[in-house]
Amino acid sequence: MKKIEVITRPYKLDEIKEKLTSIGIKGMTVSEVKGFGRQRGHTEVYRGAEYQVDFVPKVKMELVVEDGVAAEVIKAIQAAAQTGEVGDGKIFVTSIDEVIRIRTGETGNAAI
Amino acid sequence: MNAADTAFVLISAALVMLMTPGLALFYGGMVRGKNILGTLMHSNILLGTVSILWALVGYSLAFGGDIGGLIGNLDFMFLRGVGAAAKEGVDNIPHLAFMIFQCMFAVITPALITGAFAERIKFSGFLLFTCLWLILVYCPMAHWVWGGGWMAKLGALDFAGGAVVHMSSGASALAAALYLGRRRGHGKQAFIPHNLPLTILGAGILWFGWFGFNAGSALAANGLAASAFVTTHLAAAAAAVSWIVVEWFHRGKPTTLGMASGAVAGLVAITPAAGFVEPMPAILMGLIAGALCYGGVLMKGVFKYDDSLDVVGIHGLGGTFGALATGLFATKTVNELGADGLFYGNPGQLWIQFVSVVATWAFCFVMSLILFKVVDVMVGIRVSQEDEDKGLDVSQHSEVGYQL
Repeated sequence: MKKIEVITRPYKLDEIKEKLTSIGIKGMTVSEVKGFGRQRGHTEVYRGAEYQVDFVPKVKMELVVEDGVAAEVIKAIQAAAQTGEVGDGKIFVTSIDEVIRIRTGETGNAAI
Repeated sequence: MNAADTAFVLISAALVMLMTPGLALFYGGMVRGKNILGTLMHSNILLGTVSILWALVGYSLAFGGDIGGLIGNLDFMFLRGVGAAAKEGVDNIPHLAFMIFQCMFAVITPALITGAFAERIKFSGFLLFTCLWLILVYCPMAHWVWGGGWMAKLGALDFAGGAVVHMSSGASALAAALYLGRRRGHGKQAFIPHNLPLTILGAGILWFGWFGFNAGSALAANGLAASAFVTTHLAAAAAAVSWIVVEWFHRGKPTTLGMASGAVAGLVAITPAAGFVEPMPAILMGLIAGALCYGGVLMKGVFKYDDSLDVVGIHGLGGTFGALATGLFATKTVNELGADGLFYGNPGQLWIQFVSVVATWAFCFVMSLILFKVVDVMVGIRVSQEDEDKGLDVSQHSEVGYQL
């Protein structure tokens, strides 16, 4: 099993989610995060005082999938999230040792 | 006694009352989220403490019989003799209506100062300071200008509180910023307003309430009230526009905070002049006030003091400009009880206005410095570093503004 972690532009969230549900993904977790990479932040001005704001709002999406579909999921995410501009974000993939569904006690792929 | 005038003054008093919670929102939006409640409290609790002090002794000190041009006597202490009958000299409304209208001015004036020491004052010290300040600074100022004291005798024009309310709070705010020092991390980290929609709403409420403040200061439902209403509105409108135009050139973008700040700057500037000037000079005053106060808030960056929410730059500078401009644009065609200004053939009025400006700044600044020292020795004035980091909401009030 693989955990796929995506950090990308907030307004791309719905597009990615729709693409993923269309290929049969049934669950994901989303959080609002701030961070920076190569994309520069922006300037804010309050009563003439300028502040450089480096942390840019992003969304972080996490989902765990079976090994066999990981490549397809990553491709789908990339297709939906890509604009070609700096700031599109990143996808991190890690291996997952175990998954347990709390309600039933099922484990492994059956619990995803 | 006039029923229409009485109704108008009572409604105006209610409008001015609403300015204090409006100011609380205006300031509250500009602080960081951990200080929102403390900042709202700084304004709103004064509706409690100042109102009581005002009824007990403040009103009498300000509007009681004159003692040497300096202070009122204690004839009206505990509101003795202040009833449904008219006050001597204000024969069209009940004495009580006049008293409560003035009470709302006494409440909002110390509330204005709170922008200067936002995010770092100890609540007990704040309470003691504002109580002492009301009695020892506001009451004398109100007496000098409106209670028959020396500034009134000198002929200084202050229709609704350029000196009594705005310069006094501005000068005291400068003392506050200097005495308390800068907020921790000031100049190193970003101090970004946490909720500007609150600030914009607060500015709207202030603008609305200001009609009671200025038009109500005519103390009658008459042509002068209409004139003050119009000059007030036009000055606010002009300053809102001029502030964003100036910052658009200076920083590249017009901001909503700039629009709100400009409106307040215009309202401040027209306050002393509202019942003495015609509409076109009011627009001109607003245009200048918006640009001038934008420069005023930049001053703190140059001189490195932390007037956190720009009380000096907007109320101090705007009030000073308004008082001087009254000496330029005042005309007896608007108000025969007023005077003509420089542009209407009476240069002496500008000198009188100048004297009132210097005296107000000097008195309020020095007295406030002394009071901060006294309060600091008695109960402490600044929160500990740890409490400042935690925020006033948790450290002073054991509450949190937002459960998100």
